[in-house]
Amino acid sequence: MSTLSLAVRDSSTMLRRNLLHVRRYPSMTLNLLLTPIMLLLLFVYVFGNVMSAGIGGGGADRSDYIAYLVPGLLVMTIGSTVIGAAISVSMDMTEGLIARFRTMAVYRGSVLIGHVVGSVLQVLASLVLVGAVAVAIGFRSTDATVLEWLAAIGLLVLFALALTWIAVGMGMASPNPEAASNMATPLILLPLISSAFTPADTMPGWFRPIAEYQPFTPTIETLRGLLLGTGIGNNWWIALAWCVGLTVLGYHWSTSQFNRGLK
Amino acid sequence: MTTTTHELAISATGLCKAYGDKTVLDGIDLAVPTGTVFSLLGPNGAGKTTAVKILSTLVTSDAGELRVGGHDLATDAHAVRAAIGVTGQFSAVDGLITGEENMLLMADLHHLSRQEGRRVAAELLERFDLTEAAKKPASTYSGGMKRRLDLAMTLVGDPRIIFLDEPTTGLDPRSRHNMWGIIRELVAGGTTVFLTTQYLDEADELADHIAVLNDGKVVAEGSAEELKRLVPGGHVRLRFTDPDTYRSAATALREVTRFDETLSLQIPSGGSQRELRSILDWLDAADIEADELTVHTPDLDDVFFALTGGAKVAHQPSQPSVSNQPKENVR
Repeated sequence: MSTLSLAVRDSSTMLRRNLLHVRRYPSMTLNLLLTPIMLLLLFVYVFGNVMSAGIGGGGADRSDYIAYLVPGLLVMTIGSTVIGAAISVSMDMTEGLIARFRTMAVYRGSVLIGHVVGSVLQVLASLVLVGAVAVAIGFRSTDATVLEWLAAIGLLVLFALALTWIAVGMGMASPNPEAASNMATPLILLPLISSAFTPADTMPGWFRPIAEYQPFTPTIETLRGLLLGTGIGNNWWIALAWCVGLTVLGYHWSTSQFNRGLK
Repeated sequence: MTTTTHELAISATGLCKAYGDKTVLDGIDLAVPTGTVFSLLGPNGAGKTTAVKILSTLVTSDAGELRVGGHDLATDAHAVRAAIGVTGQFSAVDGLITGEENMLLMADLHHLSRQEGRRVAAELLERFDLTEAAKKPASTYSGGMKRRLDLAMTLVGDPRIIFLDEPTTGLDPRSRHNMWGIIRELVAGGTTVFLTTQYLDEADELADHIAVLNDGKVVAEGSAEELKRLVPGGHVRLRFTDPDTYRSAATALREVTRFDETLSLQIPSGGSQRELRSILDWLDAADIEADELTVHTPDLDDVFFALTGGAKVAHQPSQPSVSNQPKENVR
């Protein structure tokens, strides 16, 4: 068997295993989904009118704020869902199963590829769910073209891939699943200090650069631009740079830890 | 296939491994002929697990020439992996999925066809008495069931060489005997087994060849019988019920160790038929009739404690005085 077909076959076996876990124990995925959906409902229905008046140009009607908020929450959903990858990688590493895989004539990268592809698919499913809730409460895209939709989906996939690799690295670096969950917490905290809920230019001056240039804000701003026609500016290439940078970083971090052998 | 290296399933020369400045394996040599059971015996921390990890390609060695299944570990680890099966000390089953799914996972990773995979999985589950539990999540299995599933998973690829790292640690006596039976069956089928254990009776029961590992060095090796011969300590024990008979026997026989409290005498002996006959002749000649005569050969425990320098703590109520114990002499 050639290396490529071995890689594809073993990776898809590992992917099937990870998806089986999700199917058997959906509670973890659903728990992780709870945060973005709760925040969406909270900010729209409890703070909606006030927030709507606060964002530039919005009237005292929560529909303006729904439009502002949804792209941010979609990106936040990614950060929240990939925490599951950190936890399940850590669970794998603390049990003897990975040691077994390592002693088998299995494609080396298949364990990680299985986790990464599984996590990205999970993110897509979560995005569909959160998106459905958003549409149900009144979110509509303002005349985005098919191309813009495709670009939006592509951006979400790339960002999911980047954060998944980081989460996998975190899972590998953690001694147990609880530590992995703690280590991955910034992935749901960062969106809170991004432009997801309020525009970055309403934040204190010294803090603004942090909010503006951290990975979530440019991604959210790009998504907003694609779906709602707001100005994207230089955000699209900062977002892409973050995606590529985090993917490369997370990939090397994860694989070097994986290849270092068991502790 | 005529050279000896090809007939060895596992060979190691000068195997060294250190973690930081702690030397775990200090130049050990191992040779395991195909189709035999080899046992690496040693106390906790002796380096047994490290040896298994290295030979099963999990960890690289610092030095040493290592071959497993005819392949060089340093240059062809992938080929080694295709030849071996490993059951580690910690259960390597996926607890979130069922026993059957675990087996099918292994079948997929061995690239068996769907049909072949189902057949092998069902066969092994049946053989390891797990058919009933096959549809339950592995996390609900008992310790013994998990071990059986673990070993069943190892066998999916029909490996020629199997590494078992303390396969019965933590099992109840019945599960332990079951596991021994399974290992014997494997060997009967021509599989080579590399076993680590801290239980001497286990090595005694199963292994053709035993290496005693202590502090990263092989301190002795051979068959169980050969190892036992390394350590003096065999004796014949005579017990008396009548104190007077005991005293007269004790005076008549000079080369004995006395245990006044239990009215027993110990005569050093290797336990061979000839030695035994001469002792009996000697007793007859001195007109001594003991109420009970028992022959004690050194067991692997004696060897183990003698070689690894530990104190034997096993309780021996019939011998309250330990000052003349063979282990003491050896130390």
